[in-house]
Amino acid sequence: MTERKTQTGARWLKWYTIIYLCFIYLPVLFLPLFSFNDGIYVAFPMNGLTLHWWQEMINQPGMIHALWNSFRVAVPVSIFSTILGMCAAKAFTGYRLIGEKVLTGVFILPLVIPFIILGIALLIAFNSYGIELSLLSVGIGHVLICVPFSLFVLKSRLEGADPSIEEAALDLGETPWMTFWRVTFPLALPGVIASLLLTFTISFDEFLLALFLTGNESTLPIYIWSQLRFPAKLPAVLALGSAILIATFSIVIIAEYFRRQDTNLINERVN
Amino acid sequence: MPDRAYISIQNVSKHFGSIHAVDQVSLEIQKGEFFGLLGSSGCGKTTLLRMLAGFETLTMGEIYIDNEATNAIPHYQRPVNMVFQSYAIFPHLNVFQNIAFGLRKDRLSKRVLADRVNEALALIKLEGYGKRGANELSGGQRQRVALARALIKKPKVLLLDEPLGALDKKLREQMQLELRQLQKGVGITFVFVTHDQEEALSMSDRIAVMSNGKVLEVGSPTDLYERPTNRFVASFLGAMNLMEGEIKSRRGTACVVETDRLGLLQADARGQDFAPGEKISVGIRPENISILPAAPADVDPEESQTVQGVITNMAYLGDRSHIYVTIPTSPEPLLVARQNLDGVAANLGSTDADIFLSWSPSSVLLLKTSSAYPPDNS
Repeated sequence: MTERKTQTGARWLKWYTIIYLCFIYLPVLFLPLFSFNDGIYVAFPMNGLTLHWWQEMINQPGMIHALWNSFRVAVPVSIFSTILGMCAAKAFTGYRLIGEKVLTGVFILPLVIPFIILGIALLIAFNSYGIELSLLSVGIGHVLICVPFSLFVLKSRLEGADPSIEEAALDLGETPWMTFWRVTFPLALPGVIASLLLTFTISFDEFLLALFLTGNESTLPIYIWSQLRFPAKLPAVLALGSAILIATFSIVIIAEYFRRQDTNLINERVN
Repeated sequence: MPDRAYISIQNVSKHFGSIHAVDQVSLEIQKGEFFGLLGSSGCGKTTLLRMLAGFETLTMGEIYIDNEATNAIPHYQRPVNMVFQSYAIFPHLNVFQNIAFGLRKDRLSKRVLADRVNEALALIKLEGYGKRGANELSGGQRQRVALARALIKKPKVLLLDEPLGALDKKLREQMQLELRQLQKGVGITFVFVTHDQEEALSMSDRIAVMSNGKVLEVGSPTDLYERPTNRFVASFLGAMNLMEGEIKSRRGTACVVETDRLGLLQADARGQDFAPGEKISVGIRPENISILPAAPADVDPEESQTVQGVITNMAYLGDRSHIYVTIPTSPEPLLVARQNLDGVAANLGSTDADIFLSWSPSSVLLLKTSSAYPPDNS
């Protein structure tokens, strides 16, 4: 009796898993699929295959410009938030901080505040300080939400290291500054790369803050959203979406690969 | 120039909040000495070592190294290098880069640098290991690399934190000898921390025994083992039959003490000052008691004391045996150690055998229960 029960349970779980995975990934897979569809309507049956939309995507100056804007925001954002995250991670791992748990909470707070509220708050702040809305203000907003991610990636990396390794460098006559560059940074490098890639992806994808904080220039997500009003342009957006999807997936996989890198592998490369 | 020892630790304290990790320690260490700081964990020995290295600031006191006050010198400028307990080999560098790490500021030419590192590799018997990655080394090799990395800086003092703690027993014994040879060879003053009394005895020229942040006694391994004056030191180093006692009378250095386990004992006060009526502890090493099958005839009580007992338990330890002998006056059995030479263990007699124990008054140790080091000069 019990055996049959477990078997039914297992069958149900199997079906649940399949449905769950379809629910997540099927809509995403429609993107690349319909980007090759010869027709402007996203509906079955498909009218045959074409590369027309991918061509159109490349030929739209507005789209390329928005893509470029997104890079101009995401690259500095990833660098700045990784630097800030590194400073915070050093503080968390290097000192016995009073109220460390409270501080950690304060650091992850930006992730819990709904972005729409964060966006409004920043908008008010920028206006009252007379800071003009531009890609810069978008970048500042993105740094705010990226630092916590960077902090946690780097903190877990630094926590794994033997504290006497830094002491050994100091003991051998290096200043704290040079100790950071000769020992701490090389050991944290996989974490640094993971943090750069992760924060880049977050900034590149982000829509709400960018919508609130941008001026005349638009980043890619905002451009795509504005294009959705024109049905004829939708398939080209699908093509672009597919391209971004592939790029994002690859970046996240690469970031995860570096995050899991053990010092052994860095060793082998150095030697 | 004031006349100070090579390393002069003067009245040094370190407080962590209300905890006195190191409590008014004064020590003098001579140039070229292999000096051991011995104590159980939490006794303050590592804190003291880290203060010498500059990783901990002093709450009070001053440390002089080669007549130079070190309190204000940051760790990266001290003429002191350290071998860490974990060895702290840089995992992203190979052996050569690890050893050369501290020479960056010397701006040596490539050839001179290579010569220096190869010299260091030869010193630690790891020639040809330069290109090995840090994680391709065994525990013993890591320790050697950590040594070379510190010694290449030619420090005035080398500090070692539990240098052999991470090694297995066989390797540890071998490294004890090697470290000592190496130290005599390079002539650098070594200060090391250990909780292992055997390690301290076999490597040190002198040992300071610490407990609760204080140094209890300083002396050569033989002094501390054979002629300790402090109760804690006597019981911490090796096995000891300890008892409480009171000085009954004194004639010259010869004392009579009344003990709770062995009654009246003859003892030698040596350099120590005891007044009749003073409460003290008394110790006899297990190996200084001999077992006799019958009562010896005409013994001079000045030379030997005898007591009758029954063997109640025996532990065979290979090279020696521990024999527990119950005697009428003592609630706990006395521990007697015997070398197992040529099958002595076999014909020792069985338990429940009546035997006699005998020892010489010179092996009765009179111990102060609490004596601070250094002794008051007042």
